[in-house]
Amino acid sequence: MTDANTICDGPPNFFPLGQDGVLVRFGDGFAAQPDAARAFGAAVSGANLEGVSEVATSLASVLVRFTPWVISREDVIRRLQTVLEAPRKRGLADNPTRLWTIPASFGGDDGPQLNEAAALAGLSPEDAIADITATEVSVLAIGFAPGQPYLGHLHQGWDMPRQQALTRKVPAGSLVVALRQMVVFANPSPTGWRWIGSCAFAPFKTDRAEPFALRVGDRVRFAQTDAATISDLRVGQTDGLGGATCVVQP
Amino acid sequence: MKTTLTVVSAGPLMTVQDLGRPGHTGVGLSRGGAMDRLAVLEGAALLGLTVPGHAIEMAGGGGTFRTDQPLRFALTGARMAARIDDAPLRWNATHILHPGEVLRIGGMQAGTYGYLCFALHVLGNDWLGSAATHLSVGIGQALTSGGTLTFGDAQQPDVLQRCFDPDERLSGGHLRIMPGPQTQMFDEATLSRFIETSFQRNAQSNRTGLLLDNAGEGFRPSGGTNPMSDFIACGDVQMTGEGTPFVLLAECQTIGGYPRIGTIIAADLPRAAQTPAAAPMRFVWVTAAEADTLFKSEAQLLADLRAKVRPLVRNPADIHDLLSYQLISGMTAGDELEPMQ
Repeated sequence: MTDANTICDGPPNFFPLGQDGVLVRFGDGFAAQPDAARAFGAAVSGANLEGVSEVATSLASVLVRFTPWVISREDVIRRLQTVLEAPRKRGLADNPTRLWTIPASFGGDDGPQLNEAAALAGLSPEDAIADITATEVSVLAIGFAPGQPYLGHLHQGWDMPRQQALTRKVPAGSLVVALRQMVVFANPSPTGWRWIGSCAFAPFKTDRAEPFALRVGDRVRFAQTDAATISDLRVGQTDGLGGATCVVQP
Repeated sequence: MKTTLTVVSAGPLMTVQDLGRPGHTGVGLSRGGAMDRLAVLEGAALLGLTVPGHAIEMAGGGGTFRTDQPLRFALTGARMAARIDDAPLRWNATHILHPGEVLRIGGMQAGTYGYLCFALHVLGNDWLGSAATHLSVGIGQALTSGGTLTFGDAQQPDVLQRCFDPDERLSGGHLRIMPGPQTQMFDEATLSRFIETSFQRNAQSNRTGLLLDNAGEGFRPSGGTNPMSDFIACGDVQMTGEGTPFVLLAECQTIGGYPRIGTIIAADLPRAAQTPAAAPMRFVWVTAAEADTLFKSEAQLLADLRAKVRPLVRNPADIHDLLSYQLISGMTAGDELEPMQ
């Protein structure tokens, strides 16, 4: 597996994604390339291409949605290749990094698959919790549901596949793990990832000043607490941040 | 003056919809909006709107409605039994509900999603430029019995009753599908078997998407089974671990990890959404280049629909409240008279 934190130097592949989309994917699609994707996404956004209506960045790819009656797919790809070949800054966004600390309760009813996931990672449940809470992860992408973060990367031991079958529903705030990544679910959702913990943190809230709390590039650490505290945080707060704190780092 | 529509009784899953909130993929918000977007455009064409308006989407049950001011509406999408008091209403046509009258919609006759479209805008539901209820992410909620919708006091243009005949899309059929980023994860044999297979809508389908049933095996990728989570397009046909197809529709997630065999083209999504449980669906591969030539903007679709709309002139003897109509302004040459049904 490619180191997830190095820029991928190979040329990306271009794919259609619907009649008004071009997906530019770095690497083979089986390894995250968040730095390459973010750098290219920022360059495309900065280029303000005519007929491009939306640019979004994910774990290993950039989605470019275009307006087909303004620009053809061939011309979009041609212009994206020009952006790709232009010299650009390899560094990431100039914004200062934000570090979030999010309270989470692990195992039991709050994370019924903790033991199973820990075993796949070769750890005891206690060591698994210690490992996760000691690891500072990045917001690699936001998606699936509004504001919902893909967080990574955990240590190599956590490179476990998704389950074959979908879990029909995990509640909002569920912390799940697969492929060295974690997700905090914004809404009750079906998932193929293993459910290991719960947070009172709502990544998305329509009536909050910042409906989407997290941004790609933010750093996140989970702080272990107990089920009763998570339960209290859920009812006791109106901002939906679930006791999470955010510190801006220089 | 504002108009209040009371939902006297609400069937299951009635939601306010429009064309949704495009452009928020980067923060994980899918476009949402009507499951059958064409039905909202048809409503706009019938009501003489140049910009698509708001509608109540009805999945299955329909409902009963009253108003405190005359309210123009159009009925589109899945065909349902509808009447104002005792008078049956033509589907794919405009009507007016007056104070004191009861509009009853129910009894699905064909399709899955029926639409009660309005010329006026629903107030108080706007968020990020749309009134669309997005159930899966918790924007708005389903309408319930006793609830009300308040409309702004703009003009309701085009008082003449209008109708049109839509192209058939309510009973399954062929869905054209184009390749996407993960198509090559499936081998040729699986891709061929996919288009040779007849599918049916599973009852667990909802606004997120359409779960498909088929006889025989599932459709598993032949390569690695754990690709990175990547962007989803509305219309993608996702294969879960068992190889069960799931067509991602209005309220789909924006990123997903299960491989997608391809993307149904926009023109065939209304057909996919409307296909009822018993009707068979089959897929037909089109290349990306073919798919691109089949693309039509929604502005163009609306313009085309407006050209198909014609006046509906009923026999005055069938109109129980004749005196409430503007008879003079509704006069026509008379050669386009047509029967009610």
